Amino acid sequence: MAPRKTPEKSNISRDELLGYYREMLLIRRFEEKAGQLYGMGLIGGFCHLYIGQEAVVVGLEATAKDGDKRITSYRDHGHMLACGMDPKGVMAELTGREGGYSKGKGGSMHMFSKEKHFYGGHGIVGAQVPLGAGLAFADKYMGNDNVTFAYFGDGAANQGQVYETYNMAELWNLPVVFVIENNQYAMGTSMKRSTKSPSLWERGAAYGIKGEAVDGMDVLAVKAAGEKAVAVCRAGQGPYILEMMTYRYRGHSMSDPAKYRTREEVQKMRDEKDAIEHVRDLLVQGGHATEDDLKAIDKDIKAIVNEAAEFSKESPEPALSELWTDIYA
Amino acid sequence: MATEILMPALSPTMEEGTLAKWLVKEGDSVKSGQILAEIETDKATMEFEAVDEGVMGKILIAEGTQGVKVNTPIALLVQDGETAEAPAKAPESAPKAAPEAEKAPAAAPPAAPKPAAVAVRAADPDYPAGTPTKSMTVREALREAMAEEMRANPLVFLMGEEVGEYQGAYKISQGLLDEFGPKRVIDTPITEHGFTGVAVGAAMAGLNPIVEFMTFNFSMQAIDHIINSAAKTLYMSGGQMGCPIVFRGPNGAAARVGAQHSQDYAAWYAQIPGLKVVMPYSAADAKGLLKTAIRDPNPVIFLENEILYGKSFDVPVMDDFTIPFGKARIWREGTDVTIVSFGIGMTYALEAADKLAAEGISAEVIDLRTLRPIDYDTVLASVQKTNRCVTVEEGWPVGSIGNHISATIMQRAFDYLDAPVINCTGKDVPMPYAANLEKLALLTTVEVVDAVKSVCYR
Repeated sequence: MAPRKTPEKSNISRDELLGYYREMLLIRRFEEKAGQLYGMGLIGGFCHLYIGQEAVVVGLEATAKDGDKRITSYRDHGHMLACGMDPKGVMAELTGREGGYSKGKGGSMHMFSKEKHFYGGHGIVGAQVPLGAGLAFADKYMGNDNVTFAYFGDGAANQGQVYETYNMAELWNLPVVFVIENNQYAMGTSMKRSTKSPSLWERGAAYGIKGEAVDGMDVLAVKAAGEKAVAVCRAGQGPYILEMMTYRYRGHSMSDPAKYRTREEVQKMRDEKDAIEHVRDLLVQGGHATEDDLKAIDKDIKAIVNEAAEFSKESPEPALSELWTDIYA
Repeated sequence: MATEILMPALSPTMEEGTLAKWLVKEGDSVKSGQILAEIETDKATMEFEAVDEGVMGKILIAEGTQGVKVNTPIALLVQDGETAEAPAKAPESAPKAAPEAEKAPAAAPPAAPKPAAVAVRAADPDYPAGTPTKSMTVREALREAMAEEMRANPLVFLMGEEVGEYQGAYKISQGLLDEFGPKRVIDTPITEHGFTGVAVGAAMAGLNPIVEFMTFNFSMQAIDHIINSAAKTLYMSGGQMGCPIVFRGPNGAAARVGAQHSQDYAAWYAQIPGLKVVMPYSAADAKGLLKTAIRDPNPVIFLENEILYGKSFDVPVMDDFTIPFGKARIWREGTDVTIVSFGIGMTYALEAADKLAAEGISAEVIDLRTLRPIDYDTVLASVQKTNRCVTVEEGWPVGSIGNHISATIMQRAFDYLDAPVINCTGKDVPMPYAANLEKLALLTTVEVVDAVKSVCYR
């Protein structure tokens, strides 16, 4: 992974940095809480945590405007929080309760928000890629300048449908940013063991799609690359590929024995590349915030997450009649 | 010696065609590979090339002649100095597998009549009595349905392989590109998994796509998006986000296209909650049900049939003719046995009913039309009257629609049954290519007749 890079003369405002700090911290604390609730048996099934990758969604959401769409895989909690969905509704969906975004019928992997233009939450690896291109197709058809962010991982990048989609997206100039969240492991299979391609974004060149690799642990680098990609798409010259070099600290899901990498590797990433620590450093060293200021933010975030957890426990299970609803519109 | 030039078979299901245009005239010398004529098949207008060199001696079938059977001599090719008057010998290599064609007259009549409209046996419940009708093929009915809905709703668009410039692999979309333009009639690369996903995504975002599969066999490349992405999203989103989309195309066996291109998906898709599944037989149903499908806010599987595309039926002339889902049609009333079928199965069911009538057995024939939802009530009411039932479908026997109908009758009308229900299906084998084996693999009218006699203890 490339060393962390920060614009030399940072003219990022205090408010902007504090915003990133808050949003990334919210995702991390939320996910830590979800891990706890899973351990307590309150969350069932699969639960894929986003810890470590927070800079990707937070940096890209900073480039989005109202009307832009996003779609991702089953590792979706961070994306939902970053686009402004209510932590209570997300957590209550994890616990399978009536107050969840899908009334408890979707679960961790399947949540949607029409209001926030969040289109899921998809459990079949790679399926969200053509779906995302389809969202962009709809915007192009309607003649607006909205952009879709279609997120997928390094694992999904080996699915055939991704390349079928690249071909059509470029052929039809769809306004979609393909965001490859390369966290280096497809479940337990490292990049090295699954492909000889030196990089994933370069595969787009075969279809004529522009793209680049980005330090996905640096929210400012993510935002800068995102602005470029979004501008290309809004100008009708999409699609664009961003390969976000990132890292997940936790296992693939809660039941991951993590035999495929060392503790030292994970610890090194945490120590040297952590996205939240990076912004924290910028805030403190830049004189934008004191330790006390940051502690106050930590406290706020903790309160929001605790409130979400309480809501997710107190919200009742869905009524039994819900079994038979929402099958047909 | 003069060589006969025969009407060629230019598609798997072509039995006859129109000799649209001669590009040579009598006395012209002809080179091998030269285009002799344009021939219009059920699918497309094709150029027909000369195989042998020679002189065009005599044109036997005038241009503009319709209904020219395959293997009918259409011209005589002579060598220099020969005359065309020499009596032509029957072609030595006429394929034995085309007995129909051999019986065709040597010279076709000036204009063969269009296939006769299938008579409607019972009063059609789908439109008011006295509504004027016109005879129309299933193909034309499907095209009209799409065109009408596209005119009415700018969010409706058609996407698929060869739907635009090629005018449709089976001519269903003929003319739509001209009327609606490339924004709404979209040719895709050959990439079913990908374009189905794109269309489903577009539907989630509020458009109303019609996805044409060149045949439903290719929908297996895309079945993950049909089931996991389209059918389940409304439920998984707690009702927030649906997927108003139609997947349509020919389904089931055509003719002589082998195992991978001959398969009925009715029972496959009918199993999936969240999908609606339609399989029309007549042109009126094709039109009315496709219009309903395009307006439906849910994903709809619309199973057509290549062999039925060219068949004509009466279609009501109405401003806006639709047929609701979940409503079977009684094609023929009867008292002795209920025959339940759908799609091309209706061909066998109705033929069998005719034959049975001649033997004094009165069969009630029900066309399910939609397989999800299924109109159980119409079937049960009929069985309660006739006390006997035979189901007819082209698909495989295991886990068939007939199995499901039988189970439902057993649970809800057991005491009315005088005989076990028999399911007539295709044979439990991949479709063979050889003509004789293919015939054996497919359902036949005789099998339906025999099944009915069996449940009637005759």
